[in-house]
Amino acid sequence: MVRTPVIRASLSFALALFLGGCGKDAPQPGSAVVVKIGAASPLTGPQAHIGIDIRNGVQLAIEDANAANIEIGGKKVKFELVADDDEANPTKATTVAQKLVDAKVAAVVGHFNSGASIPASKIYSDAGIPQISPSSTNPKFTLQGFKTTFRVVAHDDQQGPTLGRYAAVVVKAKSVAVIDDSTAYGQGIADAFEATVKAAGVKVLAREHTTDKDTDFKAILTKIKGTKPDLIMFGGIDPQAGPMVKQMAQLGIKAKFMGGDGIQTPNFIKLGGDAAEGVMASIPGLPKEQMPGGKTFLEKYKAKFNAEVELYAPMGYDAVMVFIDAMKRAGSTEPAKFLPEIGRTRYLGVIGPIAFDAKGDLLNGPITIYVVKGGKWEALETVTPEGAPAAATPASDAKK
Amino acid sequence: MDIFLQQIVNGLVLGSIYALVALGYTMVYGILGLINFAHGDICMIGALTALTVAQALAAMGLPVPLVLVLAALTAVLVCVVLGVSIERVAYRPLRRAPRLAPLITAIGVSILLQYSAALTWGKQYLAMPELVKPGEIALGGVHLTDLQVFIFLLACAVMAGLLWFIHSSRMGRAMRATEQNPDVAGLMGVDVNRVIAFTFLLGSAVGAIAGMMVVLYYGVGHYFMGFMLGLKAFTAAVLGGIGNVAGAMLGGLLLGIVESLAAGYIGDLTGGVLGSNYRDVFAFLVLILVLVFRPSGIMGQHTGDRA
Repeated sequence: MVRTPVIRASLSFALALFLGGCGKDAPQPGSAVVVKIGAASPLTGPQAHIGIDIRNGVQLAIEDANAANIEIGGKKVKFELVADDDEANPTKATTVAQKLVDAKVAAVVGHFNSGASIPASKIYSDAGIPQISPSSTNPKFTLQGFKTTFRVVAHDDQQGPTLGRYAAVVVKAKSVAVIDDSTAYGQGIADAFEATVKAAGVKVLAREHTTDKDTDFKAILTKIKGTKPDLIMFGGIDPQAGPMVKQMAQLGIKAKFMGGDGIQTPNFIKLGGDAAEGVMASIPGLPKEQMPGGKTFLEKYKAKFNAEVELYAPMGYDAVMVFIDAMKRAGSTEPAKFLPEIGRTRYLGVIGPIAFDAKGDLLNGPITIYVVKGGKWEALETVTPEGAPAAATPASDAKK
Repeated sequence: MDIFLQQIVNGLVLGSIYALVALGYTMVYGILGLINFAHGDICMIGALTALTVAQALAAMGLPVPLVLVLAALTAVLVCVVLGVSIERVAYRPLRRAPRLAPLITAIGVSILLQYSAALTWGKQYLAMPELVKPGEIALGGVHLTDLQVFIFLLACAVMAGLLWFIHSSRMGRAMRATEQNPDVAGLMGVDVNRVIAFTFLLGSAVGAIAGMMVVLYYGVGHYFMGFMLGLKAFTAAVLGGIGNVAGAMLGGLLLGIVESLAAGYIGDLTGGVLGSNYRDVFAFLVLILVLVFRPSGIMGQHTGDRA
């Protein structure tokens, strides 16, 4: 499958790193300043393919930057990757964070999981090292008041309203029923959805709750059926959403169904079977083919690693470029000096225009709505959370 | 009214699954006085086995009825072997031990089964292939699928067969004798060890069928699915009168209906303070009420403590 080439690629990459490392001791002509960039993501375990994808994106960015012979503050700079494996484990993530801090990295791209990014962010903050997560979408991540915490992906509190607007404006639902799975993620996204559709004048006929372990939704669906909504929104993840759409079909409920990125998975289609057809879901970010720098990036990635981009490699790549961009403007590779510049970023990356709000969240991070068609997720359209065009005007020199 | 009837139908199907699992609890309790907490996990193993076999065979393109029968047979076989070996290894050595010892062992076996399943099948939710697209039957405003009818009828057939077996066959008589007094039954020439092993065999076989129904009905399986299923079925067994086979069936069906109605109406009854996610609370509230007011259950006779 896809994974074997990824593993092979990463092995050869590790070898290259090793060989490259051998020559490092000899001082190079004009001895460049070495700046270490940390990359933290799960490199082993069930999420390894996504973690390696991020690491590869970071690696690619560092090679591109080194090839461009960047000078910062009048000195030649050579970037070096320090990648570590957090195993998607919150405890391991803090250990990895401390290791990266001890290795004196200038900045960190990571982590993949919100559960890992949040505890690790305290360690980076204490050390004053800027961190950009390519993928963590839990709103809490940037709500801790850390000056060092950023992300280049839209967060969950932006998904709910986006889905709500989509349901009201595009699907033109007159009435909805809302179900959540009683988790922080599910309830958050469902609450935000409910508030948005209510504001748009859509009637909320029922608000039901289940749990993230249940598989029997017949009773609540029967209740919802009695209220005859146009659309049912579910805040939760695929193990519940799959059986839920199946049971909707069995009960003869014809309402449309939508959810957040928790259900936008191939597994949802497997669990839902035929009943998954026509289900809509949102996911932060543009479809990778439609990213402004997407086509070039996908080709470059394929040529380098002999594998397809899984998910967040473009975000990992851009995160490094945002750091370097900030270093250039600050004229320094000292975290304390270039950190304030990250907040002022106006950069056109692979994923589109990048700018941050005061909390460190991506301004106007795009969200794409998908639909299941013929047993596959297909992109319908991309919107920004505020429903407006991107506010950030990218600097012209940013992208090569 | 349609909604109410639909909830009753939902409850009956759910309840017939609970009833099948409850039979395993109640038979073992009747004979050994042991609550076999591993029984829910035996059902889980049956469910995941059936799912895996069905996946493999469906991929080979075998006809659907054959796939179902083979999956059921494999699941029953695996569970029977598992149930009987658990009895032999974990419970028989403790038969004369204080009651607490086999109870704790049962919980240990339950955890062992869960994590063995997690190692074998992984921790993700597994999808059961949609072998037959369930046909819809609309009766007025009530929607049924043929799968639901099939599950209900199969459960009734299994339960009726079991009742007949216990009351009319030679082995059934031996089971009832062992239940009344194992020592005296032994003196009368009943091979008590064999009867107890057979009880586990029967309970596990019925549990395997219940597990397969769960994956057929919901389309998903998971290594932890036996835990809640087991607890609910145990509640059903206590509700009906633990140790009483007919009571387990009644208790299962009743519990299914209580749960469905609770989930459907709790929000309206409490003015939205409690949501439908509290339906499990209702199931266990039933357990507490039964234990407080009628500890012997609906159909259980009050026997007093055996000496």
